[in-house]
Formats: sequence, C-alpha cells, structure tokens
Amino acid sequence: MTIAPTIAAPDTSEYIPVRQPFNFGRWFRATGWRHLVGAVMVVFSAFPLLYVLSASLHPGGTLITANGLFSEVDLGSYITLFNLPQQPYAAWYGNTLLIGGITSAGTVFLGALAAYSFSRMRFTGRRAGLLMLVLVQMFPQLLAVVAIFLLLNGISDIFPAIGLDTQIGLIMVYLGGALGVNTYLMYGFFNTIPASIDEAAKLDGAGHARIFFTIILRLVAPILAVVGLLSFVGTTNEFVIASIVLITPEKQTLAVGLYQFVSQEFSSNYSVFAAGAVLAALPVMALFLWLQKYIVGGLTAGSVK
Amino acid sequence: MTLPGTERDRAQIVAAKNSRQASRIAEAASAGIKVLLVKVLLLGIVDAISVYALFVLVIKQDWLVFSLVLLVTLVVNWIYFRAKGLPAKYLTPGLIFLIIFQIFVVGYSGYIAFTNYGTGHNSTKEDAVNSLILSSQERVPDSASYAVTVLEQAGTYSFLVTDPDHEISVGNPDAPLEPVTDAETDASGQAIALPGYTTLNFADIVANQETIAALAVPVSDDPNDGSLRTPDGSAAYLYLSDLVYDEVAGTMTDASTGVVYTEDPSKGSFVAEDGADLQPGWKVEVGLANFAKAFGTDSIRGPLISVTLWTFAFAFLSVATTFALGLFLAIVFNDLRMRGRNVYRVVMILPYAFPAFLSALVWAGMLNPQFGFINQVLFGGAEIPWLTNEWLAKFSIIFVNLWLGFPYMFLVCTGALQSIPGELQEAATVDGAKPWQVFRLIKLPLLLVSVSPLLIASFAFNFNNFNLIYMLTNGGPRDVTAGVNVGATDILISMVYKVAFVGANRDYGLASAFSILIFVLVALVSIISFKQTKALEELN
Repeated sequence: MTIAPTIAAPDTSEYIPVRQPFNFGRWFRATGWRHLVGAVMVVFSAFPLLYVLSASLHPGGTLITANGLFSEVDLGSYITLFNLPQQPYAAWYGNTLLIGGITSAGTVFLGALAAYSFSRMRFTGRRAGLLMLVLVQMFPQLLAVVAIFLLLNGISDIFPAIGLDTQIGLIMVYLGGALGVNTYLMYGFFNTIPASIDEAAKLDGAGHARIFFTIILRLVAPILAVVGLLSFVGTTNEFVIASIVLITPEKQTLAVGLYQFVSQEFSSNYSVFAAGAVLAALPVMALFLWLQKYIVGGLTAGSVK
Repeated sequence: MTLPGTERDRAQIVAAKNSRQASRIAEAASAGIKVLLVKVLLLGIVDAISVYALFVLVIKQDWLVFSLVLLVTLVVNWIYFRAKGLPAKYLTPGLIFLIIFQIFVVGYSGYIAFTNYGTGHNSTKEDAVNSLILSSQERVPDSASYAVTVLEQAGTYSFLVTDPDHEISVGNPDAPLEPVTDAETDASGQAIALPGYTTLNFADIVANQETIAALAVPVSDDPNDGSLRTPDGSAAYLYLSDLVYDEVAGTMTDASTGVVYTEDPSKGSFVAEDGADLQPGWKVEVGLANFAKAFGTDSIRGPLISVTLWTFAFAFLSVATTFALGLFLAIVFNDLRMRGRNVYRVVMILPYAFPAFLSALVWAGMLNPQFGFINQVLFGGAEIPWLTNEWLAKFSIIFVNLWLGFPYMFLVCTGALQSIPGELQEAATVDGAKPWQVFRLIKLPLLLVSVSPLLIASFAFNFNNFNLIYMLTNGGPRDVTAGVNVGATDILISMVYKVAFVGANRDYGLASAFSILIFVLVALVSIISFKQTKALEELN
C-alpha cells in the first residue's frame, strides 16, 4: 500500500460561477476552518523546535533566558560546544554517524540477503522462518538488555576488542536485530519484482549471485533506502543498549552523551545543550525530509520508527 | 502399454537429471573466478578470526566456548563450500547475529532470572574467597623485609622478590610467587631485572605509586599464606588476612573475633550464625527466589502491579490519542479544495523527523517547573509541577507523546483515506447519506481494516517506549515506599533498566525476572492481536 501522489487541486472556478461575490461565511465553512486547524497545528508542531533553535543562539543562556525567544542571535554556544573539556561532543557526533552508518549498511545487506532467499527460493522451514521474522519483531532487543550486558561482559574477558566499551560490540548487538526489524518489509517488496526477470537472466547464463547483486538489488533500491534510513534513525535514537555498552566518554554516542550532559547541568548550561541538539537533529531531519516520499510508503507498509 | 510407460518415465528421469546437471554447470560457469575469489577471501577472513579466537580460548582453557566457536566455524565452511543448500548461504550471515544477540540473550535472561547475579554476587566462589581475604589483610607486625623490584610486562606489574635468604622469585596479583634462576642481580645479591620484563625506574614508581601500593602478590597458591605488598616500591612486607579460609569445611573464620562464617550454597555467601554475611559473595542459582521476591514482597509487588497497569494504560492512551488526532487531521487536510496543504504537511512532519530522544529532553526543559517556558510564559510564572506530581507527570508524558506520535498517524491515515475509492463516497451520497454517515459507516470501517496492524505495532512500540519515559521524567516522581528504585511514571522496561543499571546496588537477577514478565505480557498481547487480525495466516 503506497500513498497516491498528491493530486493537483482541480480548478474550482469550473464549479463556482465566476461572478458570484466572495462570501466569507461560505469560504470559512468550506476550507477556511481547515486553515485555522492548520495554523494551530503548525504552532503546536514547530514551536518546540523554534524554542530549541532560539535557545541555542543565546550564548551562556540558561533555561530562564531561553524563554525570551530570539532575543539574541549569536553562534557562541556552537563554539563552546566543541571546546567542552568533559564532554567530547565532536567525538559523540562522529561515533553516532559511524555506528549508525555501519549498522544501517549491515542491516540493509543482511536483510536483503534473507529477503531474497525467502522471496525467490522454496525450501523446508521457509514458512517457519517467515513466521519467526514476524514474531521476532514483537520482542525488541532492549527487553534482554541485562543479558546483552552480561554476555558482552563475558566476551570482554576473552576478547576485549569486541566486548564491553567497544563500538564493534555495540554494532554487533544492533546487527542481531537486523533480520528482526525490517526484513519482512523487504520481503514484501521483493515479491513485487516479477520472478520472470530472474528467469530471463538465468537463461542468459547469470548465476544466483549475479542475479542478486546486479539485478535484484538495483530494482529494490527504494526499499533499501527506506530500511537503511529507518535503521539509521533507530540507531541514532537508541539509548538503552548504547548507554550500558559504551562507558568511556570518547566512545559514546550523541544519545548517551547528551543525556548525561543534560542530567549533570541542565538548567545552567541550556544553550550549549540546545546547540548540541540542533546539530544532532540536522542530518536526521535533512535525510527524513529528503526521502519523505519513500518513507511514507514504507511506513504505511508496516514499520514503526 | 506398461513397458512404454516405464520407458517414458525413465526417459523423463534421465532428462530431469541432465537438466539439473546442466543448470549446476551453468551456475558454476557463470559464477566466474571473481565471485569465487571474493568467496574464498571472505571465508578466509572469517576463518582467520576464528582460528585466532580458538587460540585465545585454548590459552584461557574455556572449553565450552571453544567447542561452540569451532562448531560454528565448521558449519559455516560446510555451508559455503558445498554445492547445494543455496538458501542457507543467503540466510546464514543474518541468522548468526540473530541467534546470538536476539534469541540466545532471551534464553540467557531466563537463566539470569534464576540466579542472584548482581552487586556482591558477580563472580565465582574462588574469586569471592580471594577478594575477601585480600580485603581483610593487614601487615604482619614482625614481618621480615623483602627486597622488591617492580617489573612491567604488557601492562601488568609484577614483583621481583629477593627474600632475606637471597632466594629470588617473581609473581603478580594473578600469579603467586614462583622461583626464578635467570634474574640479573646487583652486588648485594638483590635481583634487579628479569629477561622479558621491563624494570620500573624511580620516576615510574613515583608516577604509579597508588597502583603499585595497592598490588598484593600471593606468596603461594593457598590464600591463607598471605601476600606481599610494598608501600614504597623497594621493600615489601608480608600481609596476612584476619580471615582464615578452610576449603574442606567450607568456612571462613575471623581470627581476631573468632566468628565462624559458614558457606551457604543457596545464598552464595559466607554466613555467620547470627545471620551476618561477608561481602562479596558469589553467583549461585537461587531457583524461584527472584520471582518470590517480585511477587511475594509487599514493597515490590505493589509498585510492580501499578507499573504494569500504567504500562498498559500508557501504551493504550498513546495509541488512542495519537490516532484520534492523526485521523482528525487527515480528514481535515484531505480536502482537495484547500490551498497550501503541502506546507502544513511538511511542518506537521517535523516532530516526527526530530530525533525522539532529543524531543523528550527539549520538552523536559520546557516543562521545568521553575524555569520552563510553559510555566514562565504561558502560565505567567505559576510553578505547576508538570513532571514531579504523579498525575501531572502522567499527563505530561501522554501529551509529549502526542506531539511525538501524531505525525506518524497523520501520514498513515492520509494514505489509508486516499486509497479508499472515491466511487464509494459518490454512491453513498447519491443514495442520500450525510457526510457524517459516509464517514462513520463507510470510510472508518475501511480505514480501520488497513491501519489496525499498524495500531498494534504502535501499541507494541509504546509498551517499551523507554526513551520518552526515561528522558522526560526519569520515571519519577519516585515512590519512596517501594523496595526498588521505581517511580510513578516508570513503565516495565524502564524499571528493569533502573533495577539493573542505576544506583550502587545492581540486581541483575531481579531485573531479569521482570524482563521475563515483559516477555510473557508481550507474547500474550501478540497472540491476541495476531488472532484478531489473522495476519499470520496470510503468510506464504
């Protein structure tokens, strides 16, 4: 199920006689009240974002000064942000992009492999496997957070390089959720690519690997983009597992770092936090608005952010 | 007629065999040398890592993990080197991660729920005995002075000890003293260096003084023999523990007071007759004790029940409020005559695009009772306790979640509304239905069919919406009468997190018991919802 492209508004002059004078009451009953609702919703939706933007432009500001919206416009907090001795913001930012990027690439790849085999091959245990994919989605990894912590703790006794307080360990944990979350979404999309394409390629002498990598993956690119983006956003937002795995400040992600920053000095250093929040939100929001069309299609096909 | 029949069958079988063979050859030929190279290279990397892991495991003598790693490596090689079993080649990479980090950990949670794993019960009994004895050691008053040289090897400090009889030995906190013969000695016969080790000079010792002073090197395998410590990095003295461990009797005796602590295998610690126990203890299986604690202790059962109820209420209200607002907006903005719908749409998606953890933190600032925007500007300086009053905090959480979640429902409902054919509305209007009737009797039922799986998914998501709760109210206001760290707005998953990871007293066993409870609840909800929607029956 995808959203139909927005249909251009029909020319209303066809239906309304041109010479009829403008009647405010009728206009309001037909579409005017809708604009009123829209205006209220615009304020409701955008206000917190404007608030945090204005707070970030007020150097040295606290929660109190943040209430005077845009009373001062200065980028000082952004400079302070990168020079905090205790909070390595630049490192958090890099870590978030790195961990999110690797996780989403890995998720897309592992998920596409599995979706291809479920969609194109018939084998024993296929139905059971599909059933498992649907069921695993109901049990997010964070439910087993204690066991994940202790498992990584045990791994670090033997292999410190992939255990607690390592980013590789965290990425491996995230990849454990790769098949669970969005493979079913991909499977549905793979099914919409006609199998005759595979057969034609096979007749021309292409092997399964070539069919998968050079033909199918290109045809399903939109769903790969959606799953990759959802995985990136999900990883960026993930706090529970990241907060117990990453201990050293230089290794932490934005979610963990900013939360701790806020809980230590919330009201006194609010403008610096706000600057950090604005910068952290930028890439995610840009990606989101850019790929909006695809995401909406993916959302309605059954995934939750 | 039978003979030609079997002949035809045989011919068919031969033909089928030929075509299978042909397709295999074609497959092999088309794979090409490049694919084969990539395959060998990737498998080579995997195998190299496993061989390294196996080496490390042999050194650590961890035979269970060793056999597991070996088995997995062999299976992976088998899967990729045989000609058949194509699906397995595509499924294996994802499955390995899934099995370890999603399925195994669930079973492991189940195991931990039956242990007393947590602060004070972190390790094995042997470690507990050693740490008890070490922590109660005191310098023997008339100890002889041992000449010591501090050595370093791969980040570990060792003592090179020359005892009063000029016997030379080396040891570190994990390895008791062992005699050595190849040490380099100075004129007085004191050992000053050992091949393979770096001798720390005076400046190094001063720089790491605290670490070195804390080192305790056991004299022998028996912890009761005591250990050597050096306050200054040059002379060491014998330290003996007040506690004497009797392995056969399983007792720990305090030599200064004479109290005997007996090992209690059901509690994982040494317990005196008056009930006092020695900390740390060790990890043991405690059966259903964690569940008994969760459901049997009044100070935990009460909060557990209220947290469970609030979890359900929160998840339900979240879905209900966001869906109601999303649907309303979808209807309002689904009018083609309206101008500028796209502008409204983009602005309304913004809360959804903003990272959720940041939204909660920003709202926490705006709702701050003393300095926040809501109280200071909108309510003219009133100190309304949005996040610290039990009911207002619950309201704030639902409200902030409405802000976070309505765009999703708006998008979903818009899509569902637009996919309803326009002829239905026309036909109903021609038949004389009023707009409200068209909506309630035709559009809404059709809409619910397509969005109800998403509503269930949304319920499941909010059931474990940790970020919002933890970042907005931190679960507070805290319930001071409760036996665990829990507050009025805590949901089950945030309670698990707090019991396991927040504060000085971590109780992994109890937290895992709570996790098991969440698993059961989520499973029940899924079973009911899947039965209702029959989603699983459509799988093919």
